[in-house]
Amino acid sequence: MADVLTFTDRGIYCPAGDFYIDPWRPVDRALITHGHADHSRWGMRRYLATESAAPVIRHRLGDIALDTIRYGETRRIGGAIVSFHPAGHVPGSAQIRVEVAGQVWVASGDYKTTADGLSEPFEPVRCHAFITECTFGLPVFKWTEEATLKRQMNDWWAANAAAGRTSILGAYALGKAQRLLTSVDASIGPILTHGAVENTNAVLRAQRIALPDTIRVTPDTKIADHPGALVLATPSALGGTWARRFGASSSAFASGWMALRGVRRRRAGDRGFVVSDHADWDGLNDAIKQTGATRIFTTHGYTNAFQKWLSSEGYDAHVVSTEYEGEQLDDSDDTLVDDA
Amino acid sequence: MKDFAALFTRVDETTKTTVKVAALADYLRTAPDDDKLWTVALFSGRRPKRLITAARLREWAAERAALPLWLFEESYGIVGDLAETIALILPDPSTTSDHSLSYWIAELARLSTLDDDARKAGILAAWDSLPTTQRFLFTKLLTGGFRIGVSQKLMTRALAQATGQDEAELTHKLMGNWTPQTTTWHTLIEAHDPTADLSRPYPFYLAYGLEDLNTLGPASDWSAEWKWDGIRGQFILRAGEHHLWSRGEDLMTDRFPELAQLRDYLPDGTVIDAEVLAFRNESPLSFNALQSRIGRKTVPKKLLVESPVVLMAYDLLEDAGQDIRSQPFADRRARLAQIVAAAPDAAPLRLSPAVAFDDWDSLAALRETSRDRHAEGFMLKRLNSPYLAGRKKGDWWKWKIDPLTIDAVMIYAQAGSGRRANLFTDYTFAVWNGNDLIPFTKAYSGLTDAEFRQITAWVRKNTLQKFGPVRQVKPQHVFELAFEGIQASPRHKSGVALRFPRMLRWRHDKPVAEANSLDDLNALLDQYG
Ligand SMILES: [Zn+2]
Ligand SMILES: [Zn+2]
Repeated sequence: MADVLTFTDRGIYCPAGDFYIDPWRPVDRALITHGHADHSRWGMRRYLATESAAPVIRHRLGDIALDTIRYGETRRIGGAIVSFHPAGHVPGSAQIRVEVAGQVWVASGDYKTTADGLSEPFEPVRCHAFITECTFGLPVFKWTEEATLKRQMNDWWAANAAAGRTSILGAYALGKAQRLLTSVDASIGPILTHGAVENTNAVLRAQRIALPDTIRVTPDTKIADHPGALVLATPSALGGTWARRFGASSSAFASGWMALRGVRRRRAGDRGFVVSDHADWDGLNDAIKQTGATRIFTTHGYTNAFQKWLSSEGYDAHVVSTEYEGEQLDDSDDTLVDDA
Repeated sequence: MKDFAALFTRVDETTKTTVKVAALADYLRTAPDDDKLWTVALFSGRRPKRLITAARLREWAAERAALPLWLFEESYGIVGDLAETIALILPDPSTTSDHSLSYWIAELARLSTLDDDARKAGILAAWDSLPTTQRFLFTKLLTGGFRIGVSQKLMTRALAQATGQDEAELTHKLMGNWTPQTTTWHTLIEAHDPTADLSRPYPFYLAYGLEDLNTLGPASDWSAEWKWDGIRGQFILRAGEHHLWSRGEDLMTDRFPELAQLRDYLPDGTVIDAEVLAFRNESPLSFNALQSRIGRKTVPKKLLVESPVVLMAYDLLEDAGQDIRSQPFADRRARLAQIVAAAPDAAPLRLSPAVAFDDWDSLAALRETSRDRHAEGFMLKRLNSPYLAGRKKGDWWKWKIDPLTIDAVMIYAQAGSGRRANLFTDYTFAVWNGNDLIPFTKAYSGLTDAEFRQITAWVRKNTLQKFGPVRQVKPQHVFELAFEGIQASPRHKSGVALRFPRMLRWRHDKPVAEANSLDDLNALLDQYG
């Protein structure tokens, strides 16, 4: 039997439906799992994404031919039946289920199995073959429980506020920043945002996602007007000239990489919160088990080690090389785009 | 252990020295004496005896976590620290415990008397009762190498704050061969030691690298000496006892026993600033010779013969028991010359020769001969300058020679560990040999974080082959490498080995075809090897 999905130099391809999933080169029809830059790119003739992912994708890619679909709704494309299911990664993110002649494959994009109070919670989808990311596919990665995480962040913020310091928290502008926004205790003080974060906030608010009140940082912003503030910044703004305007401050960084002491120390901030939009080791293993799939394809992350582990667990596991990037320590836009 | 873990967390999560010191001082005010003593011991490089091999710990941890050993190793490669890897992969503890730091250290001593099975049971039980940070620290005690971002200097400063004692006096108290088993907090820290003053060093005067020769003024105001490639040391002779301090305030007296004879040749009440230098037949040996003596607390006879050292004296700080640091350098040096001249030639003591020069141009020409003399360039000192404390600009300058350089092609990349776990930072470089690229060195440092990120993204997309953690990449990027020396090395395919290679800059402007060749490397070898 022919494979439902194949791996090409343009992206994941479905021959029966003649479409691609998260392609990285221009194609005719692209099904998009979510709005992060490594999964939704310019240059496709037609796009399909979930209703809740669409606003961010439009915001990023501008005037594109974008059709939307509800979670769970099935649609026939050529000889394939497709549906989108929550991936729990960021608001609107989806796993894409593709069925051809009774064979079911799922491309999961990026996913996270624990609920974060903002993204539609991850939903396991039964399938024969499962394409999984493994950004954090090593057993040293275990995320801090949500309740503990909230306490850590709020304690840090409150202590800074009491000492007259501004708290600057670095996080991805799409997804992570909003998730932190809804996690912190907004009664501690005002929340200021970097322009890139606030732009995403505006898009999400317009689609009726509830976020606490925030104040955009502009060149005129005076920190003296906002004592005890928490500033949500992009990772690259942290520690740069942009952050210097806040005077006495404490900086923190929120990322799965903060699980490693060495990385935490390299960031040279005062605090590292272990929090990610990707699944940790247990999350990956649980998710794969719940699909019931026997064939597994590992993409971005510790693909080789994770494939070897899955093989030792009895799966028919393969490494697939893609151009997805996983969770970077910094914004992906400052990485080199190579001509090759 | 909870309090010790809290201390560790406070110290580890900040980069601010004042916060670290305050946290340590708090702890040293409030913790029980035994825990304080152990904390001071750990932060001054004294750790419990290693009683279980790293191999056993890996096996036990992997078994407890129900993971194959190869996956443990893979994780360890990313984390870069054995204790941290173990602390992270073990399942959450199923019980709790509330014991002190010294309890756990005593427990380790107890386990060491038991057989292998009982040890294993004891370690597993400990792991199963400690939350992650405590588990990490407990395992650190097991694996040794207790380096957690607190230098002995910071610890001593905190101790001074906590006890109200003088930092220099405490530095002295912490010297020597004590362990927490052989002393008590009271004896070590609180009791007064009247002999402390006799060994106390002066703070070292440290020079900056020269920025602009034109700012120095007339050459006649200056003295020049070769900058020796040895270990800076302060030799103290008071009341018939001698002491040798390193710049890092380590006492290295016992590492250089041949210097003990200087007690017979120098007047009492003498303190000399000098370079400890491997030296034979009136000529410095290469730094490699000295390297063999560093890090050894006792010196085998063979090494004493192979790599003898001298004190290459360049300044006099105390004369006849008087602190003369405020006198002009020219006067101090004149007196130093008398003292050295009075010692017999056989004594391991030399006066660092003043280099005669009429103007800066002639000195610059001489500087080009530094490598031939096993020197790193010049030290320039203003003739009328006092001996200052710490790193100061103005009166003393290092005028180092430029490193050797070569343009090479990156052909392999490997991810770093620890701080650099998710970046490709370790590269192998090649030069042309005909139409082939022949690898000749690795280098890890010298680029900015932003450059490492750029290369990391590029490596991901331009991997030709993977060999375990090593990726062969497209030969596309040229880097200018700097290094301090070059030697013939039959062990290397290229036939050469470099000293201190690092990346000087990324040559975006250079196509691969224009990188240097093996012939170029061999020419450097002929000239400087
Ligand atoms: Zn994503
Ligand atoms: Zn991704």
